[in-house]
Amino acid sequence: MMMIFGKPAPLLFGQLLLGIINGSFYAMLSLGLAIIFGLLRVINFAHGALFMVGAFVTWGLFHYVGIGFWPALLIAPVIVASLGLGIERGLIRFTYKLDILYGLLLTFGLALVLEGLFTNGFGSSGVAYNAPDLLSGVVNLGFMFLPVYRGFVIFAAIVICTAVWFIIEKTRLGALLRAATENPSLVQAFGVNVPRLIALTFAGGVGLAGLAGVLAAPLYSVNPNMGSALIDTVFAVVVIGGMGSIGGAILTGFGLGIIQGFTEVFYPPASSVVVFAVMAIVLLTRPAGLFGKAA
Amino acid sequence: MTISRRTLIGSAATGAAVAAMPLGRARAAGGKSIKIAVISDFSGPYRDDGGPTSVACVEQAVADFGATQKGYDVTVLKGDHQNKPDVGTALARQFYDQGVDLVIDVPNTAVAIAINGVAHDKNRAFIDSGAAGSSLTDKFCNAQSIHWTYDTYMLAQSTGGAMVKAGGKSWFFVTANYAFGHLLHDQTAAVVKSHGGTVVGNVNYPFPQTTDFSSFLIQAESSGAQVLGLANAGADTVNSIKQAHQFGLTKKMKIAGLLVFINDVHGMGLEIAQDLILTESFYWNLNDRTRAFTKRVLPRTPNNYPCMDQAGCYSGTLHFLKTVHAMNNMAAVKNGAELVAAMKKMPTDDDAFGKAHIREDGRFMCTAYLFKVKKPGESKIPWDYYNLLASTPANKAYMPMSEETACKLIKT
Repeated sequence: MMMIFGKPAPLLFGQLLLGIINGSFYAMLSLGLAIIFGLLRVINFAHGALFMVGAFVTWGLFHYVGIGFWPALLIAPVIVASLGLGIERGLIRFTYKLDILYGLLLTFGLALVLEGLFTNGFGSSGVAYNAPDLLSGVVNLGFMFLPVYRGFVIFAAIVICTAVWFIIEKTRLGALLRAATENPSLVQAFGVNVPRLIALTFAGGVGLAGLAGVLAAPLYSVNPNMGSALIDTVFAVVVIGGMGSIGGAILTGFGLGIIQGFTEVFYPPASSVVVFAVMAIVLLTRPAGLFGKAA
Repeated sequence: MTISRRTLIGSAATGAAVAAMPLGRARAAGGKSIKIAVISDFSGPYRDDGGPTSVACVEQAVADFGATQKGYDVTVLKGDHQNKPDVGTALARQFYDQGVDLVIDVPNTAVAIAINGVAHDKNRAFIDSGAAGSSLTDKFCNAQSIHWTYDTYMLAQSTGGAMVKAGGKSWFFVTANYAFGHLLHDQTAAVVKSHGGTVVGNVNYPFPQTTDFSSFLIQAESSGAQVLGLANAGADTVNSIKQAHQFGLTKKMKIAGLLVFINDVHGMGLEIAQDLILTESFYWNLNDRTRAFTKRVLPRTPNNYPCMDQAGCYSGTLHFLKTVHAMNNMAAVKNGAELVAAMKKMPTDDDAFGKAHIREDGRFMCTAYLFKVKKPGESKIPWDYYNLLASTPANKAYMPMSEETACKLIKT
């Protein structure tokens, strides 16, 4: 068997693939965060909790209404986005004129409230949700057995990330959004309803968290703390990528997933720390992040 | 972005947790006052194995004891330790200073060890039901503490021993990288080796930041081991088993869930959990007495059946109250060492665990039951999840007192 650095080659190929899968989640979650921060200057600490809500909504749709995974891919993000819209209109918009820390504290509090509500309602050991029949089973890739569903997650993540990047960077709507954050009063003078644009952006970013939650439901234990376990890493991804950089968030998400995957083979106890080690190095050498514009 | 989420939670929540509230009260006019505090995880990963259901079980014990009729005024308090030893220590100190006679439950070995020390300093009684670490009756044993329901040694003997005897000779461990995980791994590895098995690998993964176990599962698979030993608990175990299922590992390896509660099985669903081998010292559907107990307590906790940890809170509280009544001396009750010594002298008997006793070193001696999780088609009623495979009598299940034990209470 071929060996690389004392490890069997198939094992390393497997890790590369698994790293990409985990990176898919980092990319999708940090994408939403980057959009919200880049366009609204809000550090959304509730992102992990809304990811969790997305997973619970998926479970709830099946458990209470009998709606399966495929429709949930559409419905759950819309529900989470509507919740986001309510949060933005009801709470977050009041922090725009204040120091950035107020938005952070508000969303952090919201995350605790959401997690507390779900813990009270559903307990801490989680609920069961399985992958749809079409995507269950494994395929033999030669070097490893890949669950079909995980392959689907990579595919979905790439499609979602590309679509979002395209909308923000290449369309008229994206241009409007970017203009509205640069100079809201000027854009408003052109007859654009800026508050509505911003509210919808927040809803969209949060909807992405909800969508990631749907994709996560068959993979991970659906429990109220599932978001808080991921959110630390996802924030590191956003910082490394450059706060607010859409493309940076996507590329860094996948990249860090891969780095973490290899750490899990060579020295597992460090696999959660490695992300922050990378973050420290990046901040020392490029304070604005890998893809961020220097302030 | 320099503010870490956990620091924020920690500082915000310490204040909240200490503001514990009195819950139930069984009042007799001019009765003798007894205070019991349930310190548990009310908001985190072990909430369903302890938390509100533990409180319900303690209240059930107060009711079954007939506190009011016997002239006692029993107050049940609760506090959330949030899996932080410093928060747990502060809570325990505050409770004992308020005149609490017994602190009970405390899942999480790290917090349990901390509170164990407080009980000793304050000379008040402490019954741990939720934590696993066998060091509580070994290195950390003291005259004020009792370890009730189970421990890592018993899990290793029962689950580990049974799997090796059934032919699972080579093991690969996935271990939560902290005191509890290491203890469980070391003791199970020792059992595997003593039965002629081998340990081909071990992965210490970061706790509690890990949600994806696929990398470790692939490593386990490529090691060629026959058994995957999961030295972890709660959501980590659920994630490990769920993902092992996705990768088809369950077809090639046997999975030993070294610490699985019935609430975890409920969370996974039988589709995923079926055929899992695990050990608990209580199962609600074990016999007539356990069913009777469960029927009584369920109205207090309708959505969550009690697991062994919570049943242990019932059993421990009931025995505590019986001892207090037998002592008939409220001044002596306030002396933790004297009270616990009296509890050790009196044999225990209740619906959850049947007849048992407490050993000199504070170990509650109950039978360990080995279960296999039912297939979805076999489960007929709600929470009907286990088939009994074997039972290990207490004297075989727990670490013998003479051997290797560091407990200072034992005079050899």
